[in-house]
Amino acid sequence: MSELKPMSNPAPASPERRRFVGAATAAAGLAIAPGVLLIEVAHGRPEDQAASNAVRWGLLVDATKCATGCNDCVTACSTENGWTPVAESAHARQAPQWIRKLELQDPLTQMETNLPMMCQHCAEPPCVDVCPTGASFKRADGIVLVNRHTCIGCRYCMMACPYKARSLVHEPLNDTQKPDVPRGIGCVESCTLCVQKVDRGDGNTACAEACTAAGHNALLFGDMNDPESEISKRLRELPTKQVRADLNLNLGVRYHGI
Amino acid sequence: MKRLLAVGAVVLTTAALAWAGSDAQPKASGAPKPVITKAVKGEQCVEPTDFMRRNHMRLLSHQRDETVIEGVRTKKYSLKECINCHASETTGSVAAAKDDFCVSCHSYAAVKIDCFDCHSTKPQGSAAMHPLNAETAHYKHKLAAQAASKVSAEEMAGVAQ
Ligand code: SF4
Ligand code: SF4
Repeated sequence: MSELKPMSNPAPASPERRRFVGAATAAAGLAIAPGVLLIEVAHGRPEDQAASNAVRWGLLVDATKCATGCNDCVTACSTENGWTPVAESAHARQAPQWIRKLELQDPLTQMETNLPMMCQHCAEPPCVDVCPTGASFKRADGIVLVNRHTCIGCRYCMMACPYKARSLVHEPLNDTQKPDVPRGIGCVESCTLCVQKVDRGDGNTACAEACTAAGHNALLFGDMNDPESEISKRLRELPTKQVRADLNLNLGVRYHGI
Repeated sequence: MKRLLAVGAVVLTTAALAWAGSDAQPKASGAPKPVITKAVKGEQCVEPTDFMRRNHMRLLSHQRDETVIEGVRTKKYSLKECINCHASETTGSVAAAKDDFCVSCHSYAAVKIDCFDCHSTKPQGSAAMHPLNAETAHYKHKLAAQAASKVSAEEMAGVAQ
């Protein structure tokens, strides 16, 4: 099994390299035992391979680094996924919003906390429990999505979500969608953890990339099932919380400093 | 009843398409013939033309479930690849004008397409969609605000890599 050696090196640094490894995995896939292949799946899987539950994608939000007044993650999400920023929308109160920035203040101490709030990618998602058509579903790798082919726009999931993470598209989008991100009138939508980027092997979300580019480093995306991933290491070191942990939903988004 | 209607529609469509595809088309008739423009890219479709005319919807519908639910992203039967090849050279789209590839036949056969309520009708990275490529599109706002920003475009590109 000499092919094994280069494959078990630590995670490659660039997307190009990741893509290369992806292709190499596809080529060498048959020669390698299934268990070994699974480790590589976390870093850009071959396109003919289904998402695997060996991976659980997650996000660590460091609220102590999230800057007051900064909205870069929200802008990046809207640009990547093609939803109109709420401020630019003609009907702001019903505008779709995949991620929003919260600025909280402790009324007793006046301490301010900044954090982005979005779909928490629950392991036990209430939105999936209530969906009458099965359109709301959790993908094998932990990403909670809406299958727009079967969503009837009943909005039960919006009511069930404890995090107000979902929106309904009320108006025709008139071909303004991104080719990679289909979305449309009459369907509910929410954060997809940039599933199109994950499947492409980018290994990061638009929000986390923008936060890093702005120098704040408050968002870290990664595979929470891989003990060697950056996110798992940080989760081991930092005290983190799940929002409304009392609901026992086992969230994919964890917060530090709240 | 619904099923019967559907079967009827398929039969009619197939007949209409087969007739539209044949050379001996009668000259005088009511509806204008569909304009079938040859794909800009490539020589041959992923399956023979006759098969695609009758079965493209089955391939797409099978692929869509695999892609959305399982995350399988093979290109062969993906709608995105159809669009990449068949987008019109004038409109850059498969469904913007009445002669564009998808619309042309579908309006002739009177079969409503709702793919494009949600899916973009334009290829990935076409100039009409966004000035930067798909990889860097989400930095558009940053690059626009570059004059005021301390971070250079090169640094940003570095991060994006
Ligand atoms: S946060 Fe809301 S939308 Fe996201 S998985 Fe949980 S219940 Fe569903
Ligand atoms: S709006 Fe769509 S995804 Fe949500 S519960 Fe209804 S059918 Fe399911």
